[in-house]
Amino acid sequence: MTLKTWLETAAQDAERRGLTALRPLLETLARATSALRTADWNFDASGESGGASAPDAR
Amino acid sequence: MPADPRTIAELARALQARDLSAEEATARCLARIEARNPSINAFIAVRAEQARAEAREADREIAEGRFRGPLQGVPLSIKDIIDLEGLPTTAGSRVRDGHRALADAPIVANLRKAGAIILGKTNLHEFALGTTNEDSAFGPVRHPLDPARSPGGSSGGSAAAVLDGMSFASIGTDTGGSVRIPAAACGLVGLKPSLGEIPLDGIVPLSTTMDHVGPLCRSVEDAGILYDALRGVERPRGTSRDPGPDGPPPHDVRGVRLGVLRGYFVALLDPQVASAFDAACARLADAGAVLDEVEIPHAADIAPIYLHIVLSEAAAFHAKTLDSRADDYTPNVRIRLEMGRYILAQDYVRALRGREVLIAEVEEALRGRNGLLLPSLAVPATKLGAASVKVGSVEEPVRNITLRLTQLFNITGHPAITVPCGATIEGLPIGAQLVGARNATGGLLRLAAAAEPYLGPGTSG
Repeated sequence: MTLKTWLETAAQDAERRGLTALRPLLETLARATSALRTADWNFDASGESGGASAPDAR
Repeated sequence: MPADPRTIAELARALQARDLSAEEATARCLARIEARNPSINAFIAVRAEQARAEAREADREIAEGRFRGPLQGVPLSIKDIIDLEGLPTTAGSRVRDGHRALADAPIVANLRKAGAIILGKTNLHEFALGTTNEDSAFGPVRHPLDPARSPGGSSGGSAAAVLDGMSFASIGTDTGGSVRIPAAACGLVGLKPSLGEIPLDGIVPLSTTMDHVGPLCRSVEDAGILYDALRGVERPRGTSRDPGPDGPPPHDVRGVRLGVLRGYFVALLDPQVASAFDAACARLADAGAVLDEVEIPHAADIAPIYLHIVLSEAAAFHAKTLDSRADDYTPNVRIRLEMGRYILAQDYVRALRGREVLIAEVEEALRGRNGLLLPSLAVPATKLGAASVKVGSVEEPVRNITLRLTQLFNITGHPAITVPCGATIEGLPIGAQLVGARNATGGLLRLAAAAEPYLGPGTSG
């Protein structure tokens, strides 16, 4: 799941649950998750480090 | 003139010399609580009669020559996230309404065995998920030096109680800095031991892989006394620490090697904090310590790693009550816990991988050195109600800036201690933080005892 898709889905679910105040926090979390996914210490099944090219870091 | 001890070690000496009784010391604390707690709000529950009775029993034992050690007859307080038999453990939340602890947490049992008097339970940021103490079902704790400011959190009631003389020391919990942040903001010593050293049974969890227990007190010596007692280590006679092999001798920093963390760790500092910290470094160097600069290469990843671990683990613990009793949480804590429910498992696992990277980098930074040195808190005590604070030209959320310098060592599990390092021109305390090797908290305490006189005076006297 891309971060964009995750954020849209999470924000819609939060809104459905009446938690509209959650949206800015989810956006903050998305930025933190992006940093995690693009960190150069990630590894993946290709045997290469993840880094900025990680496919799900968008 | 009656004795007026301010530290545990001083009180222990006064009690053993019979210059003061435990009953008198306890009565002084209770009188202070009665006078000041209505405005500071440090205590949620006070067990005055039981404390008086326990103090009388301590006096009887001392009179009969039955010495338990330096905590015998010393009035302490406990953060209200730790079980104390017969009392509710509120965790600062209405979610815990109706709870009553059936037994003491093992750390409380250890304190009692050492002869400590438990005065009561202190206020906190709800479920320890916050650094200001503003979000509590029992109202905010106010800083004893400036009631418009927060004493820090989440163990804010503990810090305020000690600073204001309501308690000789207090036991808090630290998941991202919740002992060290309020201790630094209140001019106290605050110790986070190594991960896993002190049992967490009987304590409401926040993050099961990052929670720690530790003392807030007035001196490094007191931190050592409490560290031993929390682990159930008995020191039946005297108050001085066993020298041990893993640290410098007290008050001698000659040849001590300290890595001063730079880069991320000094990039966002209040100018007065930076100035006080630099002056402390200069005093240590003048006294013979060998200081060099060191960096943590992936320091920029600390906050994302911390956030994914703490919120995932907290959300798992709170999932049931978020569904069944959502309105019993304070709004800010509820919404942060809800945030954790949206974290994907794959990102939690990434954060755990990042934790291993950070552990290796802190280990590397410690290689060939006795410890690491950095400020404890990037800004002085923040104003109650402030969502953000300006640091230089940058406006930072209070939560981020207060956690910035402490949370790394919850991720990695290294022991860390904050020691007073001067004050701002407004009189607000500043703290310096020392970090030691994992599973060598005793060595860190000896290092801190040696450095304490050079770091600078606190406001706690």
